[in-house]
Parts: sequence; C-alpha cells; structure tokens
Amino acid sequence: MGWPRSIVGALQRLNQRGLAERGDLFLSISREYTLQRSVPGERHGYILRSFGANAYRSEAQERKSSIPVEIPVPYQLHKLSEGPPQHTQTTQDELMKYYRDMALIRRMEITADILFKSQQIRGFCHLYDGQEAVAVGLVEALTDDDSIITAYRDHGLYLARGGTLFECFSELMGKRTGCSGGKGGSMHLYNVKKRFYGGWGIVGTSAPLGAGLSFAHKYLNKKSVAVAIYGDGAANQGQIYEAKNLAALWDLPLILLVENNHFGMGTAEWRASKQITFYDRVHYIPGLKIDGMDVFAVREAICYAKEHCMSGKGPIVVECDTYRYHGHSMSDPGSTYRTHDEIKGIRQERDPINHVRKLILKEGFATADDLKSMDKEIRKEVEEAAAKAKEAPQPAKDALFAHIYKNDAALQFHGFVR
Amino acid sequence: MESTALLQKVTAGMAFRGTPASLLSSSSASSHVARIKLGSRSVIRAVSRLSGLTVKATHLNAYGFGTMPHNSTALKTVNKAVAVKTETGSTATAQQGHELLLFEALREGLEEEMERDPTVCVIGEDVGHYGGSYKVTKGMAEKFGDLRLLDTPIAENSFTGMAIGAAMTGLRPIVEGMNMGFLLLAFNQIANNCGMLHYTSGGQFTIPIVIRGPGGVGKQLGAEHSQRLESYFQSVPGLQMVACSTPYNAKGLMKAAIRSENPVILFEHVLLYNLKERIPDEEYVLCLEEAELVRPGQDITILTYSRMRHHVLQAVKTLVSKGYDPEVIDIRSLKPFDLFAIGNSVKKTHKVLIVEECMRTGGIGASLRAAIMENFFDELDAPIGCLSSQDVPTPYAGPLEDLTVVQPPQIVFAVEQLCKH
Repeated sequence: MGWPRSIVGALQRLNQRGLAERGDLFLSISREYTLQRSVPGERHGYILRSFGANAYRSEAQERKSSIPVEIPVPYQLHKLSEGPPQHTQTTQDELMKYYRDMALIRRMEITADILFKSQQIRGFCHLYDGQEAVAVGLVEALTDDDSIITAYRDHGLYLARGGTLFECFSELMGKRTGCSGGKGGSMHLYNVKKRFYGGWGIVGTSAPLGAGLSFAHKYLNKKSVAVAIYGDGAANQGQIYEAKNLAALWDLPLILLVENNHFGMGTAEWRASKQITFYDRVHYIPGLKIDGMDVFAVREAICYAKEHCMSGKGPIVVECDTYRYHGHSMSDPGSTYRTHDEIKGIRQERDPINHVRKLILKEGFATADDLKSMDKEIRKEVEEAAAKAKEAPQPAKDALFAHIYKNDAALQFHGFVR
Repeated sequence: MESTALLQKVTAGMAFRGTPASLLSSSSASSHVARIKLGSRSVIRAVSRLSGLTVKATHLNAYGFGTMPHNSTALKTVNKAVAVKTETGSTATAQQGHELLLFEALREGLEEEMERDPTVCVIGEDVGHYGGSYKVTKGMAEKFGDLRLLDTPIAENSFTGMAIGAAMTGLRPIVEGMNMGFLLLAFNQIANNCGMLHYTSGGQFTIPIVIRGPGGVGKQLGAEHSQRLESYFQSVPGLQMVACSTPYNAKGLMKAAIRSENPVILFEHVLLYNLKERIPDEEYVLCLEEAELVRPGQDITILTYSRMRHHVLQAVKTLVSKGYDPEVIDIRSLKPFDLFAIGNSVKKTHKVLIVEECMRTGGIGASLRAAIMENFFDELDAPIGCLSSQDVPTPYAGPLEDLTVVQPPQIVFAVEQLCKH
C-alpha cells in the first residue's frame, strides 16, 4: 500500500533540511504522492504537500478518484500579483476525511454546549461551530513541523491538530486526564508534541507569540512556518501591529490568519474598526482574503501562504471570512447583536460541512444514508468520550503546587499555615 | 446635532463646577482643595470657616494622605458606616429604601452621577449597545447616547490612554475593563501616565478618572481571568484604590470615585455582582479613604475586603457559636489604608488577622502587615496573621481553585490559633 511510513518520514526530514533539490529519486517519489495542480512553482508545492496526511496512497488510487473542485469565491489580494488557484483537486478519501473531521468538531462543540448548560464545564467556553473549515483546511495544508497558535476559541483547532476527544473533554471538565492536567481549562488547550501552542485568554496574544515561534523557526533554520490566529476583534490591538512590524522587518516565516467572524463579542466589525478588511491593514505585508467556510479555499490559501513564507518573502496575512453560530461564549446568547435570520441564513447558504456533503453526494462517493450513519457514529464517539471524561478523576491536591517552575521539587512554601 | 448639544451641555457643566455651590457637594477634603486650585493652608482654613467643615490639613495617616476626620458633618455624606448588629452589616434603615443587586447599585450610582455632571462618560468594551458584560451599564446607552457610553474596539492600552488624555482636559471618564486582567495591557498608561501626572506637573493637571472592572478569582474562569490587580497597582503613587463588597458600598464608592479629583481604581468582584441588599432611597456618597466597621468585637480584628468579607462573615458565624467575639473591618480603601480605623481596632483587640484574596507575595496583606507592624507594634499581642491566596496561577479545576482561595474553615482555624496568644 505505498511506501512505508518510516521511509516517507525520512524523506520528510530530508526535505525539511532543504535537500529537496538532490536527485531524481526524490522527485519521482514525490510525484507519485501528489495531486494534480497547475500553479507555477507546483513542484515545490508538491513537496510541501506530499508528506502531509495524504502521503500514503498509491498513485493509481489517486488518479482514479481525483475530481476537480471549484473555489467559487474569488480571492481578494493585497500586494500580491497572483493568488492561489480558484480550483483544486480532491479525492474521495479526502472528502470523507474532511467531512468526518468537521463533523467531529461540530459534534464536539454541540456536546460542549450541553455540558456547559449542565454545569459540567464551568467558567468561559468559546465554541467553534461554524468555523470548522478553517481548522481542518489549515491543518491539512501544514505539516507536523509547523507551529500553530491561536486565542481562546481553540477546541476545534486542538482536535484538528491531533488532540483526542477524551483529553479535550477532560480538560474542559477540569479532570486530571486533560491535556493541561485540568489546570488550564477551555482557554488553555495545548499539545506540545503536535506543535499546537494554544490556547490564550487575552485578546491579541497570539500575534507576538506567533512571531516568536516563527523567529525560532528561522533562527534554527527549520523549513517550517508559524501560523498565528486571531480574530476581527483582536485586529485592533496594538500588539498585532507590533508583531507585524517585527515579522516584516526580519522576514519571519509567519502566517497571520485572521478568523473574521464579524463580531468581537457584542460589537460588530464596523462598530469597532475604521477599516473592516483585515488582510490589507498593513501596506508592507501582503495579504489575501478568502472564503473561510470553504475548506478547499483555506487549504489552497495556506499552501500558497506557506510557499510565500518559505521562499523568504516574510509574513503574509490570510483573512478567512467565516462565521460562528454560537455567541461569543456560553455566557453570551449571541442574539442581542445579530438576528436569528442571519444565523439561519449562513447555516443554509454557507455551512462548511454542507459544502463538503454536497460534493460527496454529487460525486456519488457516499449516499445520504451513509453520511447519516457516519454522523451517528461520530455522535456516539463524541458522547462516549464525554462520558469517559466525566468518569475521570479530578486533579490530586498536590497538583495545586506542581508546575509553577520547572525542577521545583525543592521549592518550599512558608507562611501562615492553612 | 446631538453631539453639539452635548458639547454645549459639557461646557456649561464645566462652568457650573466652578461656583461655590458646588464646593460642598463632594465628599473628600482633597477635592475641595483642588477646586480652589491653590492648595494653601490659609485657603483651607477659609473654606472650613465658610462651609462649617472641620478640615485639618495636618491630619495625615502613615502614607501622608489627608483623610476626612470622622466627626465632620458635611452635607449628605455618610462618614461612618457603623454596623447595626446584622450579618450583612450595612447601614440600611429597616424596611425603607429599595432592594437591588450589586450591579444595579453600581448602575444607579453611575446614572446619578451622569445625570448630575455631563462630563462624566463611560469608555469600555461592549458598555453601550450590549449593556456591559456584567450588565452594569444596561439601558444607559439608550438614555445617555453613544458618546457618553462609548463602545471601544478591543484596545485597552489605547482607550485607557485616551481616557487619561480626556481627563486631563476636563472630562471625567470612567474606564471599564471587561475583566480587570485585561487592564494589564494598559499598565503603562495607568502606572506612568495616570498616577504620576499630578506630581510631575507640579499640580497643574488633575486626572479625575475612574478605572473599574471585575477582578478576583471567579468560578473556574482560568488563570488569565482571575487576576488580582490590586497587588500590582498598589505601589503606583498618585493612584487611589477602593474595593466594594456590598450593594451599599458599591453605589457609595462609585459616586465618591467619580466625584474625586484623583485617579481612582474601583475593584469590583466577578462573584459579587448578584448580591442583594436594601439600600437607602436618598442620595449618599461614601468616603473613599474610610474603612467600614462590619461587626464590632473584642477578641481579634479581622481585616478584609471584597469577596473575602463574605467568607469572613461566614466564618464569624462559626466563631460566635464557639464563643469568640471578632471585630470585622472591611478596609474598602486599599490605597491609602485607613490606619485610623485599623489602629483604633488594634488598640482594642491587640490581635490582627488579615484575610485577602491577593496572593501571598506582594499582595495588599503584605503591605498592610508592614504598616500595622510599623505603627502599632506595641499594641500587638500576637504576630499578625495573614490568610491570602496561594502563590499559584489560578487553576481551572474546581477543587484546586477552592484550595487556592481562603475558605471559611481556614479563617476559623486561624482565629483560634491567634487567640491562644
């Protein structure tokens, strides 16, 4: 069934060290595992894409089931002569994978809603449903060596980036088995192995920290990018502009991904920003605006953006026009500043999962019943993970003082004993 | 149109504030001095002769700050919030007044001040159309307009700076941090620009700004949303800090803070917004620098503020049943401390326990301990006890978070230990 993972992994590492130019063997291997693309520089794009999640199928399989997909919404470009292609290829396996991943995130968020209302999850809970295409498309276009950092709406990205449902639910419920040991909560999901850097409560934090991630990548000569995700509300923070200046000044390989869901809690974008576009805020950083509800658009745009960064041209902004169905958080009903008709309209016209579902049904890769049973299976999986997390133990008492510092076994606390 | 009419009202209001009739409507002595512009002692004596107030310029506490003497009879100010022996401990008269929740009390204070003075405005995130994330400003944008309830972008550093600049030139803005922790982004503005300017300009500028917002450890809000900023701001000279804990003192302190000519940080608590209490119908303004005697007693002085007041009162129930008679003082004024009230209490009981929500290192309790030790060492029969939160980032998990914060049984235990001396 294609090349063994160990060899592909070795080739990936070779690639990362910039030895891609060496030898026909390398190129012939990479061609076997890529999809048909028609952009200039596609060879480089092949190498970047080929060692992601799709690398393990044979060429014959690819050619047989590869279908063209249109990306209907045109890209808006800023300081770029040519954008990503308005069409791409996909396969049955990919479509089913995207459907499954997005449906998993959707079902997870709905379950989190129910758990919050039954007080299993406390504090603040910011849900990602509606924005799944951004997470899935982003992760699809990146490799495991790239870094992702986001703000507090991090459940979807945590799952897409390889986190398990059980760890996510455990963290939301404050259990010991959570990804942060139950000490972080909804806004502090991290996964160091998969280079998912969280998970931050203060608006705008992701940009300077993301610049730092990309600075380290450049410093250590790694062929990887950092993606810093923030929202339309955060775009007016001073630290975003500072981070942009630093990244541009030093040509850091940073993709600034703006998840524009048009509301900063209760304030619409036109009430908070003089300029309501976010991809062209800074004239010296190129940007593009895409339809964030189309997983293919996100995938193509991020591939394009990664190529831009890897060729040493510095940072780039990718603005994803997306939408959140829930309110800002579970404490916000989400209906005082927008109408139910608007939310329903977006669900009908632009829902990311429906987009992929329509493609699957049109191409006959699965029937409606198949998808329904997949939905049921996903629901069962999510609910089982939630139930298992509910049964998990709370953190131990001595976890209170653990991890304040590294190597803090000798740290003592003095004072009034209580 | 609306804005020019408002501008006219604003300028009219500025002229209005200079007349003698307005001198007596504020609560603190320092604001009288500021209105006259020259702060000389002869002027202070003249003012006190005219107004019948006893204002002593030499009445200074350990921090060198002039406080309102406790026996003055200024118009409509309530100086000593002496407790009737009820558990809630406010001065609400029996069955008169009206009952409301703490966030409504804050709103009442805000509305009254905004009606009274057109230069008062609120600047913050989602304070206008949304009504405030904790409903403190709900309905006010419809009443006062978008200019006076200004919805800002998410840019704390700049809108706090903007408010400070506006305060320098005649407005009286109230900056709301949606959560106190977000004001860390505006730390430079508050520490450098806000507190220092009156000093560095030799008294030319005043910054009558109020910075308010909910802080403290909530119900599993996570580390970044459980900050206790009073420990970080307490060393900035020029700032005044107060913490409200009941609807009664919330409204009074809000009004006092708005009327004050100094920058005041009003610390509210996320978990106290739904406290219900009966407050007087008539207008009242509390003194910013004064502590509140919640429960008189003989055995030990318990000093506390904000949410810990309620934990202390819960512990007091147990202590009283065990035969102890603690005196509970809600210090309210975190900067400067009301060392008169505290000192009088220490002289009576000779034992002190401080219960606070700050972390152990560098919190309000740490400064208060030093102040009490320096000033009242001879009165103490026991080391000063201080119960603070643990020096950890607030964990999300419920049991761990409860361990972080001081709980009533721990207060009972501490009192028992101290009273053995």
